Amino acid sequence: MLNMVDVSQWLASTSISVVIADQGWIIPMVQSVHILAIAIVMSSIGMLNLRLAGLIGCEQSVRQAAAQFFPWIWWALPVLLLTGIVMILGEPERELLNSYFRYKMLMLVAVLLLTLPLRRLLEDQPFRDLPVAKRETVRAIALVSLLLWLSIVFCGRWIAYA
Amino acid sequence: MSLSDALSWLEARPFAVAIAESDWLFPAIEVVHVVAITLVVGSIAMLDLRLLGVSRRGQGVTELADNTLPWTWTCFCLALVSGFLMFSSAAVRYFGNTPFRMKMLLLLAAGINMAVFHITAYRGVARWEHQLPPPIAARIAGGLSLLLWIGVVFFGRWIGFVDRY
Repeated sequence: MLNMVDVSQWLASTSISVVIADQGWIIPMVQSVHILAIAIVMSSIGMLNLRLAGLIGCEQSVRQAAAQFFPWIWWALPVLLLTGIVMILGEPERELLNSYFRYKMLMLVAVLLLTLPLRRLLEDQPFRDLPVAKRETVRAIALVSLLLWLSIVFCGRWIAYA
Repeated sequence: MSLSDALSWLEARPFAVAIAESDWLFPAIEVVHVVAITLVVGSIAMLDLRLLGVSRRGQGVTELADNTLPWTWTCFCLALVSGFLMFSSAAVRYFGNTPFRMKMLLLLAAGINMAVFHITAYRGVARWEHQLPPPIAARIAGGLSLLLWIGVVFFGRWIGFVDRY
């Protein structure tokens, strides 16, 4: 099992880590980009959920809504990953030794495993043609994913305070 | 009463003192603020990108606006209240904080941009809402709004990094 204390100490000693930590503007800049990418994910998931619940945008089909929102989520994820990596490289102990960071990563894996299969399902066929049980399952998964993303954002901010 | 008197008075209010002295109250309020901001910026960005003619080109502007703006306004109110609570806990310090001032300026500019757009070009939206590319006034309003709100996020993040003690 990886010893996170050793890993973070080693990371902190690398030259890239020193550079990021020394240049005071890099971390806030990267955090801001991270926040903007979160904004894209949160609002896309939020809008998709509202559409699935039939509360908004019923002029377009679920299929069309999914086709519109999923690409944004898809592109935001690598941005989140890259900015996240830079933040870890710059302040390894802050993340790697923090319980809230770990909760965040666990929930992230969970939400990705839950939601990515949905994309195929929603884009392949009209939502209304699915059996009722399946539609309800999709709606439930969508809601759970929204709650997970909210928790991820919460834990992300709480890293600074834990 | 001078401005600095008013700020000192504000941060001496019991609720403001409670937030300043609590371990968890400020972080909790901040989390609400951050979540609210991501939803404000995300939903505004959808509309701005449509005004720019960059995305959701097949959808009419009013339909998208009807779907997004209620959420934008709700989350903006949440962000405003949570922001005010945080500000109150150290009103004098925040007021003097340069990134905070810039953030407020950009918010004001974003509000003015939106108001001007609504009073002018948006009046005739029924005429141009399916036109591609959208009219120049819409594209300017959308582009400006996007830039201003990105700036709000950047300066907002910077507040915590400047004059830390």
